[in-house]
Amino acid sequence: MSISRREFLKIAGASAIFGLGGMAIINEITDDIEASQFSPGPDALIAKRWAMVVDMRKFKTEEDYRKIIEACHSIHNVPDFGNPKDEIKWIWTDTFEHAFPGQEHEYMEEKLKRMPFVLLCNHCDNPPCVRVCPTKATFKRKDGIVMMDQHRCIGCRFCMAACPFGARSFNWRDPRGKDDKGRPFIKEENKEYPTRTKGVVEKCTLCFERLAKGLKPACVEASNGALIFGDLKEPNSEVRKVLSTNYTIRRKAELGTMPSVFYIIG
Amino acid sequence: MYNGGKIIIGLIIFLAFVAFPLYYNIGKVSVKPEPKLDTSVIQQLKEKKCVEPKAYMKAEHMKLLNEWRDSAVRDGNRLYINSEGKQFTISLQNTCMKCHSNKKKFCDECHNYAAVKPYCWDCHIAPKEKEI
Amino acid sequence: MLEKALTGSRRYWIWIFALLAITGIGFIFYLKQLSYGLGITGMSRDVSWGLYIGQFTFLVGVAASAVMVVLPYYLHNYKVFGKITILGEFLAVPSVVMCMLFIFADMGQPMRFMNIFLHPTPNSVMFWDAMVLGGYLLLNIVVGWAVLGAERKDVPPPNWVKPFIYLSIAWAPSIHIVTAFLYSGLPGRDFWLTAIMAVRFLASAFASGPSLIIILCLIVRRFTKFDPGREAIQALGKIVTYTMILNVLFLGFEFFTAFYSRIPGHMHTFEYLYYGIEGYGRLIPLMWTSAILAVFSLILLINPATRRNEKTLAMASAAVFMSLWIEKGFGLVVGGFIPNPFEKITEYWPTMPETVITIGVWAIGFLILTVLYKIAVSVREETVGIEVDR
Repeated sequence: MSISRREFLKIAGASAIFGLGGMAIINEITDDIEASQFSPGPDALIAKRWAMVVDMRKFKTEEDYRKIIEACHSIHNVPDFGNPKDEIKWIWTDTFEHAFPGQEHEYMEEKLKRMPFVLLCNHCDNPPCVRVCPTKATFKRKDGIVMMDQHRCIGCRFCMAACPFGARSFNWRDPRGKDDKGRPFIKEENKEYPTRTKGVVEKCTLCFERLAKGLKPACVEASNGALIFGDLKEPNSEVRKVLSTNYTIRRKAELGTMPSVFYIIG
Repeated sequence: MYNGGKIIIGLIIFLAFVAFPLYYNIGKVSVKPEPKLDTSVIQQLKEKKCVEPKAYMKAEHMKLLNEWRDSAVRDGNRLYINSEGKQFTISLQNTCMKCHSNKKKFCDECHNYAAVKPYCWDCHIAPKEKEI
Repeated sequence: MLEKALTGSRRYWIWIFALLAITGIGFIFYLKQLSYGLGITGMSRDVSWGLYIGQFTFLVGVAASAVMVVLPYYLHNYKVFGKITILGEFLAVPSVVMCMLFIFADMGQPMRFMNIFLHPTPNSVMFWDAMVLGGYLLLNIVVGWAVLGAERKDVPPPNWVKPFIYLSIAWAPSIHIVTAFLYSGLPGRDFWLTAIMAVRFLASAFASGPSLIIILCLIVRRFTKFDPGREAIQALGKIVTYTMILNVLFLGFEFFTAFYSRIPGHMHTFEYLYYGIEGYGRLIPLMWTSAILAVFSLILLINPATRRNEKTLAMASAAVFMSLWIEKGFGLVVGGFIPNPFEKITEYWPTMPETVITIGVWAIGFLILTVLYKIAVSVREETVGIEVDR
């Protein structure tokens, strides 16, 4: 039997493709351990829709803000690069006009004008960041948490362009590195929680790892009741009580993303 | 055969390239990897058993780790019930590495030998070890 | 046919090696970026896309514009373009390759790019963009190669290519529409949130691409025995004229909507780009250069005497290309991030490594373009004098 060079190349190419494909299939069907199971665990806090109310009346001193930011950033190994260009933040503060752009006016109460507002990911019901992510690296959990899977993030930063709240940060450089003076960007690593690597996006996850252990988010715990956390779909929950007895606003509600973080202004 | 000479020279160069790893490593002794399990935590265990049988862990631990990752991060399921009905918290840093605190002897030993570089440790913090 | 690219004059080889050298330098800086992270660029938390994504956006337009020479020839049997369809198709190939390289350069975790296909996400425009770009690249390679191969043997192109040609005609606008959707579907970025974005993209694409083809035609005629034909160049000139007028009009419409409605969010970016806000105005000189070049090109294009003169037409084409390169490859992407969602201003300017990597990608593009054009032109030189009819 004689075959032309052309035929030979065709057959060789086809067998290479089938060979590689076949390997993938064999890998797929190799044995799984049977009867193993996954579950949320007995202590896990479970809700239909997690939400947070920020009661600005309860923030009096700078210490009140520092405490909650520190609580979050220290346990989550959030690096401090010391410059705004590379900055990573999960929870932070800004003034009324920047937190609620378009809502401010020049005759506003002076105290309100200068008061720092606590800002974090809004965990929107209708999150644009999730809509645009090309790999489902960011996704919405059944309980409403807008979650990040850093294992899957390709670092395209489409989510940063899509988020109307500036809640997302990118690792422009290695968070495990050190600055020019040899100081590490993560002051003290929390050995119970991972860091991130350069080239991925990160943000607040509502402490999904603490909820799994039956603990409330770190910021809520550190806030002395200024941050109220609970299930929006549970009529008797504390958040529902607070929402039904106070006037609350949300950031950029007109965009229809349905933020789950509410603010009591005062 | 047209251009026979050129083709043969080409083939020889090709073979020389392909065989590079073979003759590059000739004469080099490669030490057989011997991962160690003797950490103080493991020694104190009554029943020295991992989350699944040893043979399975040896062959399929990467698969199990992937399942654990997806379960914890994506599904929010932090509890693993193994084939014997025993429960474990799903966490690389807080479950796996609490026992296997000797990453260098336990993980790197084989990974280096097989030249696989899992990116786990780019983010997950490896346990502190005494320099050997 | 590839062997045609392996024989050439001294000048050809100097050009090729110069491009290879620039690519090499770009690659060294890319390795540096890989080890340091994207912080090596001028991008920041607030301006999270910059030069790379700008170049990508601009080049998708150049790639799509091949349809401007393919469509009249195949759908309207406009014979004059018969000689240059291949130049359009072979311009699309390096353009798409450059688009992909710029995306790659912009990714934080480039090793994971396969995740887009391993975890396909149809609700993400980025997923669709990857799909249409890949498809368009294949279509243009297949069609261009088959048609040129047939021409070389002096036979009509095989019948199986026809459906692919028609598909590529429909496919071309889609790549740029999908790219526009990357921007125009985002809440909270008022500068991009406009339904006219997709048509603006098409207009600017069909002006910048053909203007580049005009310049390439003139270069090919100057340095080789292949003449694309005066009539074809003039027809391209008319296409550029109309699309550039549309492009400027569309920009004007955006200005009207923003400044007549007086909605602050819609005005902010325009103010920043052309006048500056709160003392910030790094992009003002660039944006005004773009505007002046646009007006200058329109004067040369609309005036029949200067359009017919190939020298002034070449100047006009260069002006169109530069103007749109600034507007779309820089202002449009960067502007969308300024001011940021907190109505604060963080400015952006590319760093040296970022610029070198960008130039490196362009060098790869020119390299592919040169090789493909060399092949096409060599085949044409063989068949000079033979009536081209396919």
